[in-house]
Amino acid sequence: MTPTSYLGDSRPRVAALVKPFVAIVSARFRTLLQYRMAAAAGIVTQIFWGCVRLMVLGAFFAVAVETPPMSFASIVVYVWLGQVLIGLLPWNHDAELQELFTSGSVAYELLRPIDLYAFWYARTLAFRTAPTLLRLIPGTIFAVWILPLIGLPEWALTAPESWIHGVLFITSLIATVLLSCAITMLMTISLFWFLEARGVVTLMSGLVPVLSGMIVPLPLFPDWAQPFLNWQPFRGLCDVPFRIYSGDIAPDLAVYEISLQFGWVLVLLLFGYGLLIRAKRQLVVQGG
Amino acid sequence: MSTALLYGKLLAVSLRAQMQYRTAFVLMFFGTFFTCIVEAVGILALFDRFGNLGIWTLGHVAFLYGTVNIGFALVDMFARGFDTFGSELIRTGQFDRVLLRPVNTVLQIAARDLPLQKLARLTQGVLVFGYAIWTLELVWTSKQVMLYIFAMSSLVAFFYGIQIVRATMCFWTIESLEIVNTLSHGGQETAQYPMSIYKESFRDFFTYVIPLACVSYFPLVGVMGVDDPLGSTWSLQALSPIAGYVFLGVCLVFWSIGIRHYRSTGS
Repeated sequence: MTPTSYLGDSRPRVAALVKPFVAIVSARFRTLLQYRMAAAAGIVTQIFWGCVRLMVLGAFFAVAVETPPMSFASIVVYVWLGQVLIGLLPWNHDAELQELFTSGSVAYELLRPIDLYAFWYARTLAFRTAPTLLRLIPGTIFAVWILPLIGLPEWALTAPESWIHGVLFITSLIATVLLSCAITMLMTISLFWFLEARGVVTLMSGLVPVLSGMIVPLPLFPDWAQPFLNWQPFRGLCDVPFRIYSGDIAPDLAVYEISLQFGWVLVLLLFGYGLLIRAKRQLVVQGG
Repeated sequence: MSTALLYGKLLAVSLRAQMQYRTAFVLMFFGTFFTCIVEAVGILALFDRFGNLGIWTLGHVAFLYGTVNIGFALVDMFARGFDTFGSELIRTGQFDRVLLRPVNTVLQIAARDLPLQKLARLTQGVLVFGYAIWTLELVWTSKQVMLYIFAMSSLVAFFYGIQIVRATMCFWTIESLEIVNTLSHGGQETAQYPMSIYKESFRDFFTYVIPLACVSYFPLVGVMGVDDPLGSTWSLQALSPIAGYVFLGVCLVFWSIGIRHYRSTGS
């Protein structure tokens, strides 16, 4: 099946993406729900990280001589959204897809009558969103309602500035999910060349949390680094949606930032798509 | 065969096995080292933006960071067997074989693996610690050197204890182990900054329930010769590392309870 056969008619392509996606997401959910305790443990861990991060940043803010480039209220939003949505960060592979490469069953994948990129993208989308959705609700309940109850209202996650901020945030978050999956796809496709996945995972798990703003909010980095930080694609994973939510990026600027996010999505999708075509051409399947 | 000799022999086997894949080792080492460097960038960025953290300078934090990372990396290397205990020994049922052998179980598991790529974190810790010594211009008296060694050994005992707890939990469940990360990696991250910056309830938890502050902050403040904003005295700083050994002892008791609880799944 060549990818061009789908280009003429757009309908089967959309169906090829939506149907497997729905099937995979529901399968993933059922698997994940078998591990409720693991999810609960994960949530406790995220809450712990969130609190430590807020205490460290709070300590720096308390002794700040100059006014920091971001308010502490924005930092609180940034930290909690980061902890709640941490599952979206593209630093690892879908273990099932990785298995295809080590076992050689990637050859079967090539036989399937749907576009390979679309199919894997749907799987990646399920891999990224299902665990995040499961952890989103308890984490948010803690950050929004429990924190004020235990006497820490200054750490609580508040609603977006206005409904406009809310709508822009959701739009930006959709771009974030698409972006994250496009980056994960590039990591998966790289397995055609590097069978051993650990190298790529080590590299990405070091780079992505820093460049996305998960470790330290990007505006707090030195001013000379800002031009570079503003243009790299990983910023669209945390920094852009989180700061739109808190109002740190004003709505008129947000439109520009979101289009930049979608621009990166498009570039990385096309790059991944082209790379996959090349990879398939080079692939040698051994054995009978 | 004496226990120490056996331990050494088993570790040598692990090392020889890893040296069969020399290129993989070199690549992993540099990969991990790079990740460690990037991790520290966050701290540098904060100090660059805010100047000092009250009385604490970048040098002080580097001293804490370097020490904690050296201790953590040592445990990561020498307690690897406990880290993979659930997936490799309990789930597979191989633990039955461990129980059959006439050697202490803790020793057998400790000697299962010695992952060399963890040397990367150790190297980073040593470099950061070197930077701290160079900027702080500490005067090392014999008292301080001895306290530092005491603190480091107790830090290792403490993190080793946590790895044993992680493994012991596998006797009951192999699902919710991620929660132990709040103590291991969370403890590592927490102890990188001076304890005095945290909220009181959080600090109390990491002093009286989990004695993290006793193996890092208190003795290290003593070594650095800083006036502790929490008001600890020299004698408290010098004695607090005992808590690390007590903690390890408690963890070993927990381990032996776990073993008694263990029921093999059968064939």
